[in-house]
Amino acid sequence: MQPLHIAGKAFQSRLFLGTGKFGSPEEMARAVRASGTELVTVALKRVDRETDTDALLAPLRTASLGLLPNTSGARNAREAVFAAQLAREALETNWVKLEIHPDPKYLLPDALETLKATEALAKLGFVVLPYIHADPVLCKQLESAGTAAVMPLGSPIGSNKGLRTIDFLEIIIEQSRVPVIIDAGIGAPSAAAKAMEIGADAVLVNTAIAVSHDPEAMAQAFAWAVKAGRLAFEARLAAAHDHAQASSPLTSFLKA
Amino acid sequence: MFTDYFNRFSWQDVQADILAKTDADVRRALQKDRCDLEDFKALISPAAAPHLETMARISQARTLKRFGRTIQMYVPLYLSNECQNICTYCAFSLDNQIKRKTLTDAEILQEVQAIKAMGYDHILLVTGEANQTVGVPYLQHAIQLIKPHFAHISLEVQPLDQTDYETLIAEGLHTVLVYQETYHAAQYKRHHPKGKKSNFQYRLETPDRLGKAGIHKIGVGALIGLEDWRTDSFFTALHIHYLEKTYWQTKYSVSFPRLRPIEVDKAGQSQVQEFHSYMSDRELVQLICAYRLLNDTLEISISTREQESFRDNIIKLGITSMSAGSKTNPGGYAVAPESLEQFEVSDERSAGEIASVIRKQGYEPVWKDWDVVYGG
Repeated sequence: MQPLHIAGKAFQSRLFLGTGKFGSPEEMARAVRASGTELVTVALKRVDRETDTDALLAPLRTASLGLLPNTSGARNAREAVFAAQLAREALETNWVKLEIHPDPKYLLPDALETLKATEALAKLGFVVLPYIHADPVLCKQLESAGTAAVMPLGSPIGSNKGLRTIDFLEIIIEQSRVPVIIDAGIGAPSAAAKAMEIGADAVLVNTAIAVSHDPEAMAQAFAWAVKAGRLAFEARLAAAHDHAQASSPLTSFLKA
Repeated sequence: MFTDYFNRFSWQDVQADILAKTDADVRRALQKDRCDLEDFKALISPAAAPHLETMARISQARTLKRFGRTIQMYVPLYLSNECQNICTYCAFSLDNQIKRKTLTDAEILQEVQAIKAMGYDHILLVTGEANQTVGVPYLQHAIQLIKPHFAHISLEVQPLDQTDYETLIAEGLHTVLVYQETYHAAQYKRHHPKGKKSNFQYRLETPDRLGKAGIHKIGVGALIGLEDWRTDSFFTALHIHYLEKTYWQTKYSVSFPRLRPIEVDKAGQSQVQEFHSYMSDRELVQLICAYRLLNDTLEISISTREQESFRDNIIKLGITSMSAGSKTNPGGYAVAPESLEQFEVSDERSAGEIASVIRKQGYEPVWKDWDVVYGG
């Protein structure tokens, strides 16, 4: 399986994990290990910036794991840029998952503010991974703004509804020159596998693992699904057909 | 303003409607992914009582999906018990002959230290309504003092004007709790006969002023014990429904404090005033689950007014935040532990004990879920 490259860093695992919603830091750490992930998101708002012994961060501070702070809570570009700067200091990384959702109910991303913040953060030297709608035009604009990847949603965050935006995701994947990471809504390993089969570079999963009956086993299931989907993509999965292939009845009159 | 919307509804009609809901109405609501306010009426009606277990199962699953296995922790800090209002159910009422106290700067910081030692990062500031002593300048100053120590500051004081809220938000205020107490205008007047608080409409429009001021979160609710809880709950849900549509950038939380015994002074004699319980534990669980079925994202909090065993069992059913180790008197944590409480706390266990109760159920107590970097 080919490794994934983002901003000069190579990832063997194409499964990224969110660290919210777990019943305890220990349960979260077990799921992270079982998933084989090399990149986990951490909400800045959950991090106690005053201590080095934050209960959420402690089990995540291992050599093989990259931390991707997110700006969840930011309602506009100004707050998000400020949050990214504090996160850089607290977590010692210039990577940031940019989340700007002015609507606290469905947590849907604000395209205009996200584009503004991406421009500003890229200029400040951040590796920006923005959470966005499955909007192909916005993806191209983010590329021009210097984004390191794009993270379009599969369905509303936390909804577990799967790839409801698949038609747009396919366009994004076709057009993108930066890695495409499907974020939000992936509720089952089958949806993760599907995302990989259509050519997504990685997926980010949180709710489906954290709130399952056995997060550790579910993390493992997602790991296998992501690998299976990616292998199938690399092996050039045959297209599905809903009709039988006739043996050239329309063109058989042509001489070979 | 909400008043225009509110005035289209009659208390009597709504109450009759709720009582007329049938088993079939409840079953229909239970089968829907998205309930509306008519479904909510069915879910809080007596007809839903036999379906409580089903409601609890759905409520648990939906809460888990949105909030995960977490419970947010907050604690109140009573800054003052001075009050110019008469409220029939409150120990701080103007007509209650008690020793009045307002914390000084040094005392606030002493209390802050005690609260930080309990592990808290989210704090709720509470006062009575006394504009001379604890008006906007006092609150503004208190927030300035407290802000360096907490990630999230909430306020539960008298209703203020929009510009006052804007001032306090600029200082670092994130959340305001303002309960209507009851949505029954005549009963409201009866329970609040004197003081600025007797203005029903001004209070009713407070969340509008907060929304216009751009506050991050608003907490609403009705006191349980003043009027019919079902009808009051419908109007609370209606209020939230209106607010979510109008001020869509604001978060909402709901609470349903059941009235607790208070200590009152009767002609120099201290007496305990009890309240008739208008709502059973079963009914409170029904209400919590009904809110969750109506609204996946609403925050629901349970305070130390409720009893130990009830609080322990409610953790997994739909609530999202809890207070613990609370003192409801100014100076209660460190300065003056013996001063008069606003109401008697039911659950007296410490924050640490509650945290371990939460953990034992496989949930994580969350002490910090906000950052000062995010504005009001």
